[in-house]
Amino acid sequence: MTDHARPPDSDLFSLLKELSETPGVSGQEQNIRAAVAAHLAPLVDELRVDTLGNLVALKKGKSPSVGRVMLAAHMDEIGLIITQLDGGFLRFATVGGVDLAALPAQEVTVHARENLPGLIASRPPHVLSREEREKPFTQEQLFIDVGLPAAELAETVAVGDFVSVRRSAERMAKGRATGKALDNRVSIVVLLDALRILQGRVHHWDICAAITVQEEIGLRGATTAAFDLAPDLGIALDVTFAEQPGATPEESLPLGSGPAIGLGPNLHPKLRTLLVDSAERNEIPYTDEVLPGHSGTDAWAMQVSQSGIPTALISVPVRNMHTPAETVALKDIERSARLLAETVCNLPNDRAALALDHEDSGHE
Amino acid sequence: MNELLERLSSARGVAGQEEEVRAILREQLASHVDEIAVDSIGNLIARKRGSPNSSGQRVLLAAHMDEVGGMVMRCNSDGTLKFRSVGGLDPRILPGKRVRIGAEALPGVIMRAPHAARAGGRVTPIADLLIDTGGASGIQPGDMITFESDCEQFGRLLKGKAFDDRVGCYILAQLLQEDFACELVGAFTVQEEIGLRGARVAAYAVEPDVAVALEGTVADDLPRQEDVSPTTELGKGPAISVMDRSAHADRRLVRILTETADARNIPFQIKQPGVGGTDVGAIHLARSGVPSVAVAVPCRYIHTPAALMDPADVENTIALMRHVLAGSLARPLEAAGSEK
Amino acid sequence: MRTLIEELCSIYGPTGNEERVREAISRLLDGIVDSIQTDKFGNLVARKGPAAASPNGKRIMLAAHMDEIGVMVTHVDAQGFCRFTTLGGVLTNALIGSRVHFANGVEGAFGMEGSPLARERPTAQKLFLDVGASGKEDARVQVGDTAVFRSAFGAVGDRLFAPNLDDRIGCAILVQALRELESTPHEILAVFTVQEEVGARGATTAGYGLDPEVVLAIDVTATGDFPQATPMEVALGKGPAIKIMDRRMIAHPTVRRWLEDTAQNHDIPHQLEVLEFGSTDASAVQISRGGVPAGTISIPCRYIHTPSQVADYNDARNAVSLLVHLLGDDPPILADIGGQTLDPASIASADSNP
Repeated sequence: MTDHARPPDSDLFSLLKELSETPGVSGQEQNIRAAVAAHLAPLVDELRVDTLGNLVALKKGKSPSVGRVMLAAHMDEIGLIITQLDGGFLRFATVGGVDLAALPAQEVTVHARENLPGLIASRPPHVLSREEREKPFTQEQLFIDVGLPAAELAETVAVGDFVSVRRSAERMAKGRATGKALDNRVSIVVLLDALRILQGRVHHWDICAAITVQEEIGLRGATTAAFDLAPDLGIALDVTFAEQPGATPEESLPLGSGPAIGLGPNLHPKLRTLLVDSAERNEIPYTDEVLPGHSGTDAWAMQVSQSGIPTALISVPVRNMHTPAETVALKDIERSARLLAETVCNLPNDRAALALDHEDSGHE
Repeated sequence: MNELLERLSSARGVAGQEEEVRAILREQLASHVDEIAVDSIGNLIARKRGSPNSSGQRVLLAAHMDEVGGMVMRCNSDGTLKFRSVGGLDPRILPGKRVRIGAEALPGVIMRAPHAARAGGRVTPIADLLIDTGGASGIQPGDMITFESDCEQFGRLLKGKAFDDRVGCYILAQLLQEDFACELVGAFTVQEEIGLRGARVAAYAVEPDVAVALEGTVADDLPRQEDVSPTTELGKGPAISVMDRSAHADRRLVRILTETADARNIPFQIKQPGVGGTDVGAIHLARSGVPSVAVAVPCRYIHTPAALMDPADVENTIALMRHVLAGSLARPLEAAGSEK
Repeated sequence: MRTLIEELCSIYGPTGNEERVREAISRLLDGIVDSIQTDKFGNLVARKGPAAASPNGKRIMLAAHMDEIGVMVTHVDAQGFCRFTTLGGVLTNALIGSRVHFANGVEGAFGMEGSPLARERPTAQKLFLDVGASGKEDARVQVGDTAVFRSAFGAVGDRLFAPNLDDRIGCAILVQALRELESTPHEILAVFTVQEEVGARGATTAGYGLDPEVVLAIDVTATGDFPQATPMEVALGKGPAIKIMDRRMIAHPTVRRWLEDTAQNHDIPHQLEVLEFGSTDASAVQISRGGVPAGTISIPCRYIHTPSQVADYNDARNAVSLLVHLLGDDPPILADIGGQTLDPASIASADSNP
């Protein structure tokens, strides 16, 4: 039996914690894919893994001929990959936009023949000159130490093994949570929670939920998933920069200010208006995320797939992006899920209502 | 002064907010084409079926409607605005410029902190500039910011805003009002300045046999000490691209253009290779590939509030395109690889 | 096969002017494939069909690029000196002291503005080409003409030296593999692509047009085996490298396993590669349409994108063996490569009854 009541945020947190702690570096998403599939399965009618590894689910609408909306959230996280075995140490490269400054002394998991705990090693400041100490570490000055002697290391670890950050998720004060890979596990929680809400609701459109791979290395999963699904509309779910000291105010949003609805050339103005209406009608707090160009999300790939897909973007503000200390306000997740569910229910039965033509005729 | 060109130049439209330009073109062309429609990203696609006994060759001509400009990011309580560029803006030309903001075209000026002016020697990045509106109400984050400059005669040249690429839109609109044997599809594209986004979906949907992008391009013909390329020069005719950062032109199309120009005594120039990019970058890679080339009107000072161009170059570009559309472009190309 | 590599390296074929390479490869493949054609973008597509239908047979695209880096003339000045722009990722600090030649045989030497004593790291704007002209009128090149690096093919033992091993060695490997391949359960689309060096453009359109089920690129990769090299495991002479990741692609896990298993089963020396810069045709085909499982067989090569590239003949030979076994065997591993359908009900019940 499914309980359709809204979960207390402890349920949201435990789901986020499970997904945050499950590894899934871009290109090696099988663990996170299995974890998400388990949560997705009871909520959808069909489920498959596509050629590149995207997890694609179908939840049928009441009137399937009305249209098909693609909801995309990427499952991959940034990480590292082994490039060389150097004696008893490992050299690595980054997978995605890793913030090198947050790496030294960080614990990691090396996904070798078996999962090995390790940490990012660097030379102690005591033995360095003043000039050396004042410069940040370069990638070549950092190693991974898993505590194995060279011979044993060579038997266990190979070039190309992926490495994920080892960091538990934890609750903080004021309904916040911190952990690694909140980019973009937060959005998967949003998607799952929205699908849960939709179990008890009528929606006319077919929903294609695409949990995409390889977003962090160039929106690769969303590119092929959008082509393959050829949806009538797309809504991407991702995270954005939250306000914090040193962040430019015009490019960050307060934690706890609700979902951010993307605004700019990447996003379809009519579909955006529909999201805004859904938020206002249901009294869901939201903010605008102003994006003058590349949104840096799956929406960028979806919009120009095939002959074009009207696309919208819902983002959740996250602090300390691309570090092991990402922080989110749980109520932003809950509100984003509600906004997504309400928007899906609110999609028009006549797709022409979203055509840009209508807007033109208003001007003429 | 041509009225359509003037209207197109003065219309406001940065990437994603091209409605005003689209409305002008739609009104101008509706009675001259067989079909006209707006797609999901905002491209205006006009189709002419061509004569019944045509070879069936489908030619795509593309010109982008968007201009470089900015977007309001945040409204400060003191009446100033934080903004970012939409497309490539040179921050060195911004301080002190007059701009228009939002749907109401409210006026504003770009300010630079006085200490930055005194410091000298350093370019103030766009993130550190502000726009002062005097506290105008009704401005919101996401509103577009456009330059302000009237379209007028400067000596023998034309001065105006957004010739990149409203001159291409103008040329394409002229050609669509004529009749050719081939099937002609005119795509007035969106979002060229932020990554050729409109052209990509237009080319996918149209599936043309060949394509020509019509552009306003860089002229760098100010006096210089060194004997180096001016990229293009005003008054020397349409500039044909053989290679830029976005594409290698199809050499068969380059030959058709240059041979036609020679045969018709139309001046032309080869644009300095390796500079800039056009919608061809997206179009030529659509589906299994589209042989494509870019033809451009040289413009001084593009991506600034006011560009200059020579009306003779505009007329010669139209003439060249008219001749190739009536001639070789209407026939299937010889097989690839048969050249040389 | 050494002769084959040397022959292909001796042909002029900068990005956008691949026709001579295309003609040569076309000739070499005559009679050993079922069909050869040039597509509208200039890619050469050779097809070889399965001897008999196999349930494991796939439509496999193999890509090796014909183009090489070079320069294009942008301006000829009054004295006959040429300014130029680069085709592909030419390293400008490798230009001084090297020479180019044009399609018509004209030679060019790189010169740099200013005194040789005051030279800093050259930028393309400071460099020019001396094409032996005394003025604009007698220069035998014009704006838009292209040139490639000129340096003779050489060998010391098994080490091969040439300015364009990237990727003529890959073309040679693909030609040789097609020669040695007796039969295959697969439909093979061997594509010799154009314009790889400016963003895998030929592979982008060919990938869409051919719609393969698997793609393999055969291209060179950087090495970590010279003084102060960027740390990486790949070295000359240790066999072809099976790519795991580069700047724009992560190999499909099943394709990677197919390559590793085949190399192991046939005792072919091989190494694993993680490259932090650059990519190959496979990255473009991987995201074509609904996605194509992709992998790359890399040939270790030192000093890529300079006029003096060095590779090891044995790596090329072993790459041929690997390809022949990959394409000749009938591997069940590829059967489910197009993704899989899951049953939501069984996952849901398995989850609730741990």
